[in-house]
Amino acid sequence: MASKKKLDKAVSAATLKRILTYIKRYRFGVAASILMATVTVALTLYVPVLIGQGVDLILGPGQVDYKGLFRILMKIGILVLITAAAQWLMNHINNVITYRVVKDIRTKAFNHLEVLPLSYLDVHPTGDLVSRIIADIDQFSEGLLLGFTQLFTGAMTILGTLLFMLSINPLITLVVVCITPVSFFVANFIAKRTFTMFQKQSQARGELTSLIDENLGNLKVVQAFSHQAKAQKEFEEINKRLAGYSLRATFFSSITNPATRFVNGLVYAGVGTAGAYGVIRGLLSVGQLTSFLNYANQYTKPFNEISGVVTELQNALASASRVFDLIDQPAVAKDEEDAVELNHVSGQVSLEHVDFSYVPSVRLIENFSLKVAPGQRIALVGPTGCGKTTVINLLMRFYDVNSGAIRVDGQDIRKVTRKSLRTSYGMVLQETWLKSGTIRENIAYGRPDASLEDVIAAAKEAHAHSFIKRMPNGYDTLISEDGGNLSQGQKQLLCIARVMLCLPPMLILDEATSSIDTRTEIRIQRAFTKMMEGRTSFIVAHRLSTIKEADVILVMKDGHIIEQGNHEDLLKQGGFYSQLYNSQFAVS
Amino acid sequence: MKRLLRYLSDYKLESILGPLFKMLEASFELFVPLVVASMIDVGIKNQDVGYIFRMGGLLILLGLIGLACSLTAQYFAAKAAVSTASCLRNDLFSHISHLSYSEIDTVGTSTLITRMTSDINQVQTGINMVLRLFLRSPFVVFGAMIMAFTVDVKAALVFVAVIPLLSLVVFGILLVSMPLYKKVQKQLDQVMLTARENLLGVRVIRAFNRQKSETARFEEENGLLVRFQVFVGKISALLNPITYIMINAATIAVIWIGARQVDSGVITQGKVVALVNYMSQILVELIKLANLIITISKSIACMNRVDSIFQVQPSIQEKEAKKEPKAGSQEPKVEFRHVSFLYAGAKEESLSDIDFSVKRGETVGIIGGTGSGKSTVVNLIPRFYDIASGSLLVDGVDVRDYSIEGLRNTIGLVPQKAVLFKGSLRENMRWGKEDASDEEIYRALDIAQAREFVDSKGKGLDLLIEQGGKNLSGGQKQRLTIARALVRNPKILILDDSASALDFATDAKLRKAIKEHTGTMTVFLVSQRASTIKNADQILVLDDGKLVGKGTHKELLKGCPLYKEICLSQFSREEVEGDGQ
Repeated sequence: MASKKKLDKAVSAATLKRILTYIKRYRFGVAASILMATVTVALTLYVPVLIGQGVDLILGPGQVDYKGLFRILMKIGILVLITAAAQWLMNHINNVITYRVVKDIRTKAFNHLEVLPLSYLDVHPTGDLVSRIIADIDQFSEGLLLGFTQLFTGAMTILGTLLFMLSINPLITLVVVCITPVSFFVANFIAKRTFTMFQKQSQARGELTSLIDENLGNLKVVQAFSHQAKAQKEFEEINKRLAGYSLRATFFSSITNPATRFVNGLVYAGVGTAGAYGVIRGLLSVGQLTSFLNYANQYTKPFNEISGVVTELQNALASASRVFDLIDQPAVAKDEEDAVELNHVSGQVSLEHVDFSYVPSVRLIENFSLKVAPGQRIALVGPTGCGKTTVINLLMRFYDVNSGAIRVDGQDIRKVTRKSLRTSYGMVLQETWLKSGTIRENIAYGRPDASLEDVIAAAKEAHAHSFIKRMPNGYDTLISEDGGNLSQGQKQLLCIARVMLCLPPMLILDEATSSIDTRTEIRIQRAFTKMMEGRTSFIVAHRLSTIKEADVILVMKDGHIIEQGNHEDLLKQGGFYSQLYNSQFAVS
Repeated sequence: MKRLLRYLSDYKLESILGPLFKMLEASFELFVPLVVASMIDVGIKNQDVGYIFRMGGLLILLGLIGLACSLTAQYFAAKAAVSTASCLRNDLFSHISHLSYSEIDTVGTSTLITRMTSDINQVQTGINMVLRLFLRSPFVVFGAMIMAFTVDVKAALVFVAVIPLLSLVVFGILLVSMPLYKKVQKQLDQVMLTARENLLGVRVIRAFNRQKSETARFEEENGLLVRFQVFVGKISALLNPITYIMINAATIAVIWIGARQVDSGVITQGKVVALVNYMSQILVELIKLANLIITISKSIACMNRVDSIFQVQPSIQEKEAKKEPKAGSQEPKVEFRHVSFLYAGAKEESLSDIDFSVKRGETVGIIGGTGSGKSTVVNLIPRFYDIASGSLLVDGVDVRDYSIEGLRNTIGLVPQKAVLFKGSLRENMRWGKEDASDEEIYRALDIAQAREFVDSKGKGLDLLIEQGGKNLSGGQKQRLTIARALVRNPKILILDDSASALDFATDAKLRKAIKEHTGTMTVFLVSQRASTIKNADQILVLDDGKLVGKGTHKELLKGCPLYKEICLSQFSREEVEGDGQ
């Protein structure tokens, strides 16, 4: 435990240092902010002194020095205006610095996403990565802002009041200094006690959220089985538990404020009593006592706030370290210096003794070789989850082979630029991803400068034109997040149109046609057949009728390529493929 | 808001006592300047040390009473807030559970989940804050003003002038900045969307080499966010300086007027100190109030969002005189009479004039393209959606006349998406039938071709299923969902494209087992694969929401060009022609 705590401290120190490097760019802003804070604090503290002096000029009937009072009040007025201006400037500068720093970090984190290898992105849930870029950075920005404004002015205020009080009367200052830290201890004491309650609360909250997630996420199934009542019971049980923890956590944490306020009250009473006694003894004037009482209030306030700010800052540091952790993930290796551009690809692909696995302990593809002549069709066949996408990952160089080599037109793909390799492939994946934007932008994704005519032509070829035409704004119709307003089939047609527009020399089709209705599929296949002429194509499909026409069929199972050959050969072999094929026509 | 008050009224005692004790605490705080004033005016003037210490003791006593009141207030406030939120959560969960499919479709699951979780949490924080502080702050402000009147009427008029002005400024700034904060939040959502989209589409983006333009887009959205943030920050940063100026201007006025009153012998020097103290108490409260209002307006926004879900009414309602399905009726099991249907908000009908009838024990295959309405047809039978026109009868009775639960209990549905829930395999299987014995469950697992892999895991029915069935493969999940539907031994079994993740061999075995074991069960098979449905007693061919073919495999090959086309695309020509003979 102890060593872990130490480690955490080291980590947060390192994180803090890094944050400072981001802030460094704005050092003039920071200096200005510090200056303004100093001005604000000094003047805010000086005003009570003046008020005290003013009060001293009002002794009793006939004993009022109007002239002197007027001068002091004027002075107060001017100082207040300056203070207000400085305060506003300080807040504004802090805002600007914080949000800019946050923007810098966020942009850096996002840019890093673009260069992270897929091996990282594939194993980290999207939700987690997004929450680092959004929620964590947001939390961090709040902490930073609060730290800037409160920690700093708070510390200055404490220091300033101490000085002012000392200058008026050291003895009474001692009273203040002795009592105030009590509030700090009290707050700390309570915070420690409440911590466990908060932990229990967030645990119960997590439990409840996952129940909600599961039941509401699959509400249709819940209803189909009339399971609502049972789910409700389960929910209420956890909810009741949560309410118990919540009540305790909320109550205990809300004790802090009254408790510290009580300590402040003690300070106030102490100063009042000691001060009044001092006045009798002639140690200070009534006006000075007034200023003192004022200071007693101002001195204790930052103590309350600082304990809050410290937790907030700790959270901010934790969040920042999660973001930095993401930024620190190694990026994909850059293209080699002497990497060449692939131009005018003929479509000859060869895999030579390829070994590959995602995790060293689970061997997947071993010593796999394949020669594909330009224009050939390769079909990947096998049950779901058998690793067909692995082959695509390797062809597109989303992952690198462990040993062996993949060559396109005789060039090792590790020796060519990723950009030119990927441009040589047209890919339609199983997950139909569309970006939020217009239909036209989506079709023109691979060629942003394509004319509307080209876009329409591509859509026509993909048989998408007719449904696009019927959309409210035709090609300018906005697609909502994740294509929510389109059917799965329509999304797939758009993905196909997107490839049609680029017409690359090689194609990768990953079960692309599985949710398009059969008739459209027939038309698309005709279009594809035309497109595939002279183009090397890798097709992943369930439909045996499609596969039968392939030049080479790769049969995969559990990540391994177990059979390889054309339809007739494989049927003759009587292996897994023939079993698959025959089962389609088994009597049901 | 009304709804919230209704919930709060269940915790009337707490909701009243909380603020009450808070105000008590505040009133004791208001006495403090008076005590200090008499310290100065009486104690110092008379050089009475004993009096000063007595007053000091009084201050401590006031603090103690304040602490006690405050703790009581915090407890009641916490109690009211937590209990209210808890009830709200229970009711919302129950409300959402009873929404019909069309409402779930329109609102969206992810929205429902955020309303249930973070929105209600924010409401809870809001209630707690309001009960604790919202009443306290105005109370202190006005209390300070009233106390000022007891000190000196003329000086107190300054308070009367400055307080409305202050409220004007505070609320004015909040009014201006609130919508701006909303804009910031919306832009943040936009930034999040961009990041999410990017991660989901990473393969496509890299395949098309669009990383640079995606980064540019993100920077643009992010830059916009910063601009909004700085702008709204600039405005809300005005709040404290302006209130500071106003309070100090008022203090100057109070001292000046106080000086004249002292001069004419109306009040004493100590009273002036008290007046100044009251002014600074107001300042402190205003700063607290400003911070609070942001929290509160957030909570109100959240409450409104929660409320908007409560206002969604389930479109499917049971009739007053509802019937329970009875066994042994001689009517056709399921009958569609000229049924039309359209989804909520859709312009065009998703199904039009669907007309067919199914006898008990028959197997019906439904085939057609994506979006042709296959799933819609089977979703109408358990009344997940209500039809627009025509009638839909089960056992000769309109489905709208049944009790919803009664109707659904006779149906076993296997949805497209294989969904399992966290818990043991046994618990999952009992969704179909609450008191199912292990024997019944194993029988269902046998038919669903799931027995083999369940046995191979070696845990029997105690096999623990993780959330979303993460520890099972797609095919395994599908087989278990089929078994779950079979456990209740339903009168009608609906398989909505539920075997898509199975390889052909398992699919065939499954169909054979269902055929052998289900006897009088009426089975609906929805599929894209012609091989799955070709042996059904009746095949329905759907195209664009219309029934374009009805009959057996052989009949349709002759009479339905679309069906023939589908078969040709999936079987070899010889096989199709052989079947057509």
